[in-house]
Amino acid sequence: MVINSKVSTSQSEIWNLISSIPDPEIPCITISDLGIIRGVKSTNNEIVVQLTPTYSGCPAVSAIEIAVRKKLQENGINAKIERVLSPPWTTDWISKDGKDKLKAYGIAPPRRNTNKNKQFFSSETAECPKCSSTDTHMISNFGSTACKAQYSCNSCLEPFELFKCI
Amino acid sequence: MSDHLFSSILELADDHLILGHRLSEWCGHAPTLEEDLSLPNLGLDLLGVATSLYSFASKLDSKCRSDDQLAFGRLEREYKSCLLMEKPNEHFGYTMLKQLYFSTFMEMFWENSLHSKYEDIAAVASKSVKEIAYHIRHSGEWVIRLGDGTKESRNKMLEAIYELHPYTDELFHMSKCSKQCLRDGYLPDRSKLRSSWITRIESIFEEATLPFPTISYFHAGGRDGIHTESMGHLISEMQYLQRAYPGQKW
Repeated sequence: MVINSKVSTSQSEIWNLISSIPDPEIPCITISDLGIIRGVKSTNNEIVVQLTPTYSGCPAVSAIEIAVRKKLQENGINAKIERVLSPPWTTDWISKDGKDKLKAYGIAPPRRNTNKNKQFFSSETAECPKCSSTDTHMISNFGSTACKAQYSCNSCLEPFELFKCI
Repeated sequence: MSDHLFSSILELADDHLILGHRLSEWCGHAPTLEEDLSLPNLGLDLLGVATSLYSFASKLDSKCRSDDQLAFGRLEREYKSCLLMEKPNEHFGYTMLKQLYFSTFMEMFWENSLHSKYEDIAAVASKSVKEIAYHIRHSGEWVIRLGDGTKESRNKMLEAIYELHPYTDELFHMSKCSKQCLRDGYLPDRSKLRSSWITRIESIFEEATLPFPTISYFHAGGRDGIHTESMGHLISEMQYLQRAYPGQKW
């Protein structure tokens, strides 16, 4: 895609440009798969891209904002990045496509949040991304990032990560 | 807008920053690898909430300070966090109990902030209420395991309760600014959360076979900026970078 000037850039073109940016920590999915692009606005020659954070403490938030700004700058667009919190992001915002990509990558995608995870000594049921067995057990409620827990499959013995529901 | 909203948001932000900083101190020191992952992750959640809160406060600040300046540029007496947050980590069980006390309180606080008339508060509440459920489960399970564990783990939990419980009542205190925010419909009444907090903690202690203590004297003062001796040490480390390189950014 060639964009010659800022004025000619439509909102959908901007959306297309940034939607393919990968998540820095889970590069198999893009920021649009994650559902964190909330909007692209253009007012008075100013372009505003609205992003929402996933987990409050996700360190990738700043990295994503930088990547979006850089991608647009490479295409001659100076945009303002706005962080919006409402409505809050939940794992339900991840697209079907995004969930499939997570599974193919070896991360069990989040299931719909049933809020049953409050019970002590219970854990979310996870489906093994390799063999699809639900006979799995949790190893640790926290993994390499705050959004993931570590599991192991009792059927094929594969250790894997689960994208936790929030 | 108003000073009382600014001050109340700052109280909340300071609680999250100071406790989040304490959790970060566990990085590389936790008893197991899984805990070494979980404690800094929990700390990150709290720092994330603090970041949002400081950015809201920054918009309301009559002195126009940035979120970083609010977080790292104030003096000890200007921090309004409850004393519970700054208590040193001591041992693992002690930290778990502290987390349980705080996260049980915060879950109720956020549940009661979901319909705040201040949109930013409602937004951060709806996000945090889901995350804090993981914090309660993590710390609650550990309090039960350790309380109902070996003789040594039980003794350590008893010691932690003896030491920390007198610092819990401050969570329910209403400062002057928070009373005004309550009248405006911005923030909930902390004092009304006390009885259900006690019920929840009691039921977890029961499962942990730990006694719920009777406290004759509760410590307070953090909301007025009167801190314990731990606070100065914590701040000197936490603020080091911004003091040595003012305005430095990542």
